[in-house]
This record gives sequence, structure tokens and C-alpha cells, in this order.
Amino acid sequence: MTSKIVYNWIDERLGLSELAAFARHKTVPVHSQSFWYYWGGISLFLFLVQCFTGVLLLVYYRPGAEAYESVRQITFVMHFGWLIRSAHAWSASLMIFSILVHMFSVFFMKAYRKPREFGWLSGMALLGIASVFGFSGYLLPMDELSYFATKVGLEIPAAIPFIGPAIASMLRGGLDVSEFTVQRFFALHVVVLPAIFLPLLGFHLWLVQRHGNAAPPSVEALPPSERKSMPFMPNFLRKDLAMWLIALNILALLASVFPWSLGKQADSLVPAPAGIHPEWYFMSPFEMLKLLGMIKWLQGESGEIVGILLFTLGIALWILIPFYDNKKESGQRARAAHYFGLLAVILLLATTAIGYWTIR
Amino acid sequence: MTEQTNLVPVVEEPGEKNTRRAFLAAAGAAGLAYTAALAYPIYRYLASPAEMAMNATAVTEVTLKDAQKLPAGSVLMFKFGTAPAMLIHHADGRWVGLTAVCTHLGCTVQYEPQADRIHCACHGGVYNPYTGANVSGPPPKPLKLFKVAVSDTGVDVSRA
Repeated sequence: MTSKIVYNWIDERLGLSELAAFARHKTVPVHSQSFWYYWGGISLFLFLVQCFTGVLLLVYYRPGAEAYESVRQITFVMHFGWLIRSAHAWSASLMIFSILVHMFSVFFMKAYRKPREFGWLSGMALLGIASVFGFSGYLLPMDELSYFATKVGLEIPAAIPFIGPAIASMLRGGLDVSEFTVQRFFALHVVVLPAIFLPLLGFHLWLVQRHGNAAPPSVEALPPSERKSMPFMPNFLRKDLAMWLIALNILALLASVFPWSLGKQADSLVPAPAGIHPEWYFMSPFEMLKLLGMIKWLQGESGEIVGILLFTLGIALWILIPFYDNKKESGQRARAAHYFGLLAVILLLATTAIGYWTIR
Repeated sequence: MTEQTNLVPVVEEPGEKNTRRAFLAAAGAAGLAYTAALAYPIYRYLASPAEMAMNATAVTEVTLKDAQKLPAGSVLMFKFGTAPAMLIHHADGRWVGLTAVCTHLGCTVQYEPQADRIHCACHGGVYNPYTGANVSGPPPKPLKLFKVAVSDTGVDVSRA
């Protein structure tokens, strides 16, 4: 009885019953491609894991000159510090992976078409911020790998004509990666990026509620009577949570069986270690730039610029897909977009493979 | 993937209630064990500094190198384990070692040679600088005395 009174009191003020009614009526389409619907939720879950483990690391991490020493403490002195750090690093990788799966499933289901253009755009922005999260977080332990990864990574903005070097110096906080770089990457990683990411994520999730899950065109062509769906509450939610549990178990397994290592302290006078290579999710763009640089007439500094331009053009085409593949009927444009997607997947996989193949 | 809502009322056989209860109990226990397995490392991680401090408080003796050179009428603040402590070399040549944590609310106290007292600035507690006895103000207990042994190389302070 009391709970009823409390519920009514809150309901009158916050409108809980409207939310409950909305949740009751929410459905998820059921078809042969339904499996891909879980990947957005998995990405969200891994992001929550990042927030949680990130705050735990924040308890002992000290940016600036002491960065390496504090990560050494976390890894070797604090109980289970190695596990928390390993979970944060693994979850970052898994999150990027699941966002990529989510993105490609959206792409091939053509879920970016009207009215879901903003969902696609905000999703691309979230992926972009997630990779900046990855890049900035990678420096924070300030070991050899982070030092050289950041040094090399910042060569890309530095290659922009005229303003590039100034931008790179601004990001670095000097002419070389130093404690100033760690300090500003830290501010970026724990304050600036979350402050942009969270509202954007809220917008993205709100859009999903507003428009619902998109069904692939072949399903959408069916008459309503032949389309199947399941209630979100509790059927889909239950499966969603089961997926989260599976993701958590995989994460726990990876984090504890393959603990993230900590290299030697960064030292600009020590040469880069043999076999150094970017994180897997940066492997493909790095390899693409490297391959473009190998083409004869693209060699030299101007080649680097052409490479970056081509690369930027590809990404722009990708982001703008909702605006030129916008016809419901599957025509030539729809097919072209499909092949563009396949090309992107093949390029991504091939350049990543070549990248790992040619590690020396 | 053809799932529909289960609207068929569940008819329970008499024996089924027990298996269902047993299942729910097992699932609950598994959930609890799972949560505990997640919570335990997090708890230990967060408790690490407290644990290290506990190890440090197990210290029973501190050697203050060269402290025998401390001039008469002055004080040396040091850490006994993790807690602040003071070594006073009185004007009459006596050596006194005391905890420097006020027994009232834990502020660090101060030796005042002119007034020949130990004073806590937080709430005005006053202690005797020879015995540690609480003389006036709010402190409910005296400051603990340490054993002090002065040698040619330093001063040994140990638990009394």
C-alpha cells in the first residue's frame, strides 16, 4: 500500500506511468538479421564499463611528471590494480570493435535513411570521439609504447599544410611529447571528451526511442501482416541484458588471462622498440596512409598531403551516405552504396592484415 | 528468431513448484556469487592505501638519525608509522617523545617552548609537555608517551 502511495506521489510529479506505457508499447522487429540489434546495446554497456573502471583508475592516477610512476603503482602495488587497468584497456578495444560492428550493421541495413539521418550522424560523431578517447588514453601510462604512438599519431595533423605544425604543437603542448602532453591529454580524456560524448550519446539514444529499430529494406517491403516483432519489455530487454552479461564475461576473461602490460618508462633518448605498431583500430588508417605514400607520384611531403586528402574524402563520403542513398526503392544508388560498404569492409580488413603482416 | 510473447498461462504440476523454487534459489545464489566476485577486487583495490597504512602502524620503533643534535628548547616533528609524532628536547636537557595527534578531534598539536606547553590550535586543548597529560580544554585523554633512547648517532623512539 505504501509503495503504491509513494509511486503515485512520484508519478504525479514526474509522469512515470507515461514512461511505463511507452516502454510497454515499444517493440523490436524480428527477422533473420535481428542479431545485429544487440551491438548498439553492447557498445553502450562497454562504455558504462569504461566510465566505471575509468573512475577507479582516477583514484590513484596522477597526470604530469608522475604519470608513469602512478600507473606502475596501480599495476604492481595496489591490490587488483592490474585487473582494473587491464579491464579498462580491454573494454576500450572491445567497445571500438562493437561500435564498428554496430556501424556496419546499420550501414548494410540502410538504417541511416529518412528519418534516421541524425542517428547516423551522431553515431559517426560518437565513433570519432571514441577513437580520440582511445588515442588520448593510450598516452596516459607514459611508457615507451604510449610515447611513440602519440609521437607518430600527432604527425598526421602536423602534415596539414600551413597550420598543421601549429595544431600539432598545440595538442602536444610543446615540440615533443612530454609531461605537458600527458597533462592536457588527461584533461581531454577525463573532462572534455566525456562532456561532449555524454550529451551526444543521450541524443543518439533518444533518437533510437523516437524512431525505433530500423528493419532492413527487404523486411520493410513486406506487408505489415507479415512483419514480426517482439515486445521490448521484457523480451528484448532480457536478451539485451543477457548479451551484456556475455560481454562482461568475455571482458573479465580477456582482462584476467591477458593482463595489459606496462612497458618501460618513456625516454626520448631510447630508440623505438622493435615491432612497435599502432593499436588494431588505428592499424588500417596508418597502413592506408603508408600504402598511399608508396605510390610513386605520391612520394614525398606532397604525397602525405594527398594521402590525407583522399582519406578525408573517403570518410566524408561515408558520413554523408544518408544524403545520397536516400531512395526507398532499391535502385542503382542503393546498390552503389552497398558496394561502397563492402569496399570499406574489405579495405579495412585487408589493410589491417597487411599492417600486422609487415610488422618488423 | 520467431519469438512471440508468452501469453499461455503457466499451469504448475504439484512437484513443479519445488523445482522452480530450487531454480530461483540457485539463480539467486549464483547472482550473489557473481556480484561478490566483481565487488571483491574493487573493494581490495580501493582499500589498498588503508591496508598499507595499517602495515605502517605496526611499526614499533623509529630511529631518528642525527636527532641527538636537536638544540635544547626545540622540537622535531616526525612520523611514527603514519601518525605525526614529536620529539621534544627540553631546556633542562630532558628528552620526551609523544604522539602529536590531539585526542579531541585529531588535529596535529604544537609544542610552545615559551609557554612550556603543548597546544592544539583547533579547539584550544593544552597538554603537559613532559607527561603528555591533558591539562585544559576539550581533550579527553593524554597524549601517549614514547620511550626515548639518545645515542651518539641518533635518537631511538619506541612504543612504551
